[in-house]
Amino acid sequence: MNVEEIPVMPRGTKPETARSFVPDPEHAPDEDLREAIWELGREGEWIVQPVPEPYYEARTNYGRIKKIPFQKTWHHKSCGQCGHIPGYSTSIFWLNRFLGFDYFDPRDQTSCTAWNYYASATSNQVAQAAVAMRNFSAAYETGYYPLIHCGTSFGHYKEVRHELVHNHDLRRQVRDIITKLGRPFVMPEELVHYSEWMYAIRDELKSRLVYDLSHLTATVHPACHYYKLQSGDAIYDPEIYGGQRTAAVTAVVQSLGAKVADYSTWYDCCGFGFRHILVQRDFTRSFATLRKIEVMREEANPDVVLTHDTGCVTSLDKSQFAAQAHGRNVGVPVMSESQFAALAVGAHPFRVAQLHWHSTDYRPLLTKMGIDVDKAWAEFQEDLAKIERGSMPYLTWEAVL
Amino acid sequence: MLSSLYPEVPLEEKQRLFDLVKADPRFEDYLYGCYECGICVAACPSARFYDFSPRKIAQALAREDIELVYEQMNDDIWNCSQCFSCVRCPRKNNPGGLITIMREVAVNNGLKTTKEALAGYTRIIYKIMTTGTQVSPDMLQEDAFPDWGPQVKEVATHLDLWRRALPPETLHTTGLSWQVEERTMLELYTIWKLTGVLDMIRELDEGLHDIMEEVMDDALEDQGFAID
Ligand code: SF4
Ligand code: SF4
Repeated sequence: MNVEEIPVMPRGTKPETARSFVPDPEHAPDEDLREAIWELGREGEWIVQPVPEPYYEARTNYGRIKKIPFQKTWHHKSCGQCGHIPGYSTSIFWLNRFLGFDYFDPRDQTSCTAWNYYASATSNQVAQAAVAMRNFSAAYETGYYPLIHCGTSFGHYKEVRHELVHNHDLRRQVRDIITKLGRPFVMPEELVHYSEWMYAIRDELKSRLVYDLSHLTATVHPACHYYKLQSGDAIYDPEIYGGQRTAAVTAVVQSLGAKVADYSTWYDCCGFGFRHILVQRDFTRSFATLRKIEVMREEANPDVVLTHDTGCVTSLDKSQFAAQAHGRNVGVPVMSESQFAALAVGAHPFRVAQLHWHSTDYRPLLTKMGIDVDKAWAEFQEDLAKIERGSMPYLTWEAVL
Repeated sequence: MLSSLYPEVPLEEKQRLFDLVKADPRFEDYLYGCYECGICVAACPSARFYDFSPRKIAQALAREDIELVYEQMNDDIWNCSQCFSCVRCPRKNNPGGLITIMREVAVNNGLKTTKEALAGYTRIIYKIMTTGTQVSPDMLQEDAFPDWGPQVKEVATHLDLWRRALPPETLHTTGLSWQVEERTMLELYTIWKLTGVLDMIRELDEGLHDIMEEVMDDALEDQGFAID
């Protein structure tokens, strides 16, 4: 059967079923790793870094409570976000500043290197765990708490944590390496993705909205590595799809007042493929457009596609150019919910959301939001001219808040 | 039916590689048998695009079909997109994870098909292992991403200026994604060396290995970083 033949009604996030799903931590199919982490801490296997207070208490897949820090966050940046779509990370930082939150943007941070690992397997279990623990150690030494920007880093680190808890030999080997580096061996109490932090601050954002978004429709692509890897540790909310799908992104977008529309291929990945996006993009282009963007278009006709991972924004956005050349039914702007939320509370589309790094036309969306695109672009051009003239070395935070 | 695609490779060699896959500490956690239900295939993006099936991967490994596993290590594993949609397996298998292990063994043992699959990718290995970030802004070049449209050229043309128009100070870079401290980089090199990852690269591409080793050794020596 073709996708077109499946009768999916454009609808929101209420499940069309009388059944309700009540998660019960007692009947979770996996154990709560966090108890084991504290236990290993008590046994002197590692230092456990506690989530700084005050924190938000969110529910995960099986109804367990997860602590999400508001402040004192150490920003574990993402290669693809910082490198190719820098408005993504800039918006996360900007939202912290906008809310007056204390955060830290480190230079003592490497990539999780999982993009490379999932692309080429040129690494191994010990190396991957050592890279993770080196970064955690670096965060601990600053007194700030890791907040992970990339969905793949988050998923990979959850895998690494699972392996380290269960494999004594691995723990020993990695601890020896970290000790050799002169670093403390530290496991954070929780692994937290930035989209969980967005979930935690959604009411704060709602109270600061600058634009009415009620006439906007978004489709959400939930990132595979956020909720499929170690699936118990992702945020779910009974208000969102009856608690049957992750609430990350969707809950935030709804709080901002926009409508989230469903589509039948929501579980499909974006087509990134890790190796494919770099050297075999025929796969990525086809999958991203035929299985995601076109289906969204046909079933929900969204104004924007929102997601919470580096690879997803990249694949879904950049793949549309070639499909457009073939006359396919594409042409929907793609960005992270951090950029969308920042715009909604008044961030500049170019100074902060840096949308000029994105490919698919975002101007109609901005206009529909109520943003004067030409004026904003002219302002940004003035900034660039100042930098070129040397009267301003960089675009500073003071200039954008 | 036995696979006969690689008759020139002795069965002992195929068995040796299979044993290496099975010896990985994660293997037990990734495979519990297989119902042949095909749920993983229905969820798999690569199965829609290629002649590829995560069910077959789980099946072949569970049945210990040495010939077929060898064939898959050559012809299938690089098609996987490592999305892990297949972990919705009702048997709690992780076909994507099994593929990660098979890939690692393929790289470690210098399989010819692996070298071919990664031929265009090695410059990225150099980037991530020597800078600590996977991609850099200056990789956005029209000839590298012609299918991404004219916007890539816009970025390339204004790269230096546009990077300076980013408020976070750590992002004023063009050769790597964000500024990474020297000590941090040296610690990363130390990890690659201590865990045998650098040796792994030798199997894949000797020239690349030699260049990376020189870069890392020089940097470590300059800063008095000792690795024993
Ligand atoms: S991880 Fe690989 S095998 Fe599993 S669903 Fe994704 S592409 Fe398919
Ligand atoms: S979903 Fe699991 S049990 Fe079903 S075919 Fe795939 S690997 Fe086998």
